[in-house]
Amino acid sequence: MVRARSGGDDMSDTDQQPGEPLLRVEDISVRFGGVVALDGLSFSIRRGSISALIGPNGAGKTTLFNVISRLYPATTGAITFDGQDLLKVAPHEIARAGIARTFQNVALFPGLSVLDNVRVGAHTRGDVGFVRGMLGLGRAENRRMAADAMELLERLDLAHLAHRPAAGLPFGTLKRIELARALAARPRLLMLDEPANGLTHGEVDELAATIRQLRDEFDLTVLLVEHHMAMVMSISDHIVVLDFGRRIAEGPPETVRNDPLVIQAYLGTPA
Amino acid sequence: MSALLSLRGVTGGYGPVTVLHDIDLEVAEGEVVVVLGANGAGKTTTLRAIVGEIATRGERRFAGEPLPRTPEKVARAGIGLVPQGRGTFAELTTEENLRLGAAMRRDADVRRDLEHWYEVFPRLRERRDQPAGSMSGGEQQMLAIARALMLRPRLLLLDEPSLGLAPLITRELFEQLGRLNREEGLTVLVVEQNANLALEIGHRAYVLETGRIVASGPADQLRGDDAIRKAYLGF
Repeated sequence: MVRARSGGDDMSDTDQQPGEPLLRVEDISVRFGGVVALDGLSFSIRRGSISALIGPNGAGKTTLFNVISRLYPATTGAITFDGQDLLKVAPHEIARAGIARTFQNVALFPGLSVLDNVRVGAHTRGDVGFVRGMLGLGRAENRRMAADAMELLERLDLAHLAHRPAAGLPFGTLKRIELARALAARPRLLMLDEPANGLTHGEVDELAATIRQLRDEFDLTVLLVEHHMAMVMSISDHIVVLDFGRRIAEGPPETVRNDPLVIQAYLGTPA
Repeated sequence: MSALLSLRGVTGGYGPVTVLHDIDLEVAEGEVVVVLGANGAGKTTTLRAIVGEIATRGERRFAGEPLPRTPEKVARAGIGLVPQGRGTFAELTTEENLRLGAAMRRDADVRRDLEHWYEVFPRLRERRDQPAGSMSGGEQQMLAIARALMLRPRLLLLDEPSLGLAPLITRELFEQLGRLNREEGLTVLVVEQNANLALEIGHRAYVLETGRIVASGPADQLRGDDAIRKAYLGF
């Protein structure tokens, strides 16, 4: 079922693998007025890995996502993505730079069909702009993108919903449509904000397997924020733990789950 | 125990799409009842059917009377709902949100109830003048629950209260709900994906699959069922 490239649970060898990381976050701080949301945060993620960002509500996880996707400016610090200074990339160019994400509370167009929502994702990378595309200009390109989007829907078992509006679909399904939209941009870094929300344990196991398969098929590096610890511990090569905007622990699942600081601040009991 | 809430043969959905098929469900006074089910099984729709947000056929009764057909009247009849995603007003302060929860009440005890829920949820007292949108997810969920309780409901409905909450906070939330049930006698119907925690405080549970109830029984019994363990409990 699972085709984990680097061998399931035993990540210790690949974790030490040298080479330039795909994403390097260095000493990032974000202040909103007097509130320090991120406080000198540093970590890096290896190409092809699945990394998780965990920590209490309000620890700064989503803020970091917003900084990496350039929705929030960093107050200080640097982020390097694939050798490029990410903080110099304009917010609307972020998808073209190779980064796509999903949102905690789902950000789809409720009135558009599921297929059109996914096509929106594809338009961030093509030569045809979204408006031009919707106006029917650049037809060949447009057709290719629609076919692409349909293929993604099929891949994620959503094809039967293609022509329904997104509004009214169950939350777990909306999260899956967002995943399809993010993939349509053909990113190198895929960021998922609480992908397991609204799913049962059984469905979460399937989702974890899907994310690993997608990582392999699409040559992705994955960074996720998630509170579902069974999923985080089973899927992640590397875990970064935040509390009050700072990194309080970092390492493979077996180290992090037994870290007394992490248990105290976040887990309550060992995961 | 007589049923406080009962659904008999309730069928309903959205426009031409039928989501719920022939649902029989009961909640007795003082009970915590858990609804389990996969994404799209009809859990949220069941809550919507109870509060009258969707059109239904079949019998919906509450405290011996037929339930009204509009959400406002259902709220007046004594059913409070904490919707998925909390639904607190981000720009309003904690206290404004709580007062809004009591807006339908005509009695003069609102001040006393505010004090009471500040005792029960001390974090909300600390945050009383803070806009809800600036609070952590756990605090917002507490606020959503306290706001629903300001209406003095006889039955509280909760739609996935743990959504987006850290493990430690989720545990605290369910301990709090268990206490409200034991100490305040609050009757609860809760839809929850964190089935382990929900069944710990639950007396009984129902399992929904594609809009039909496929299993029901005492919480302990369902926790011992292999198929349910595998799908919902994760061990």
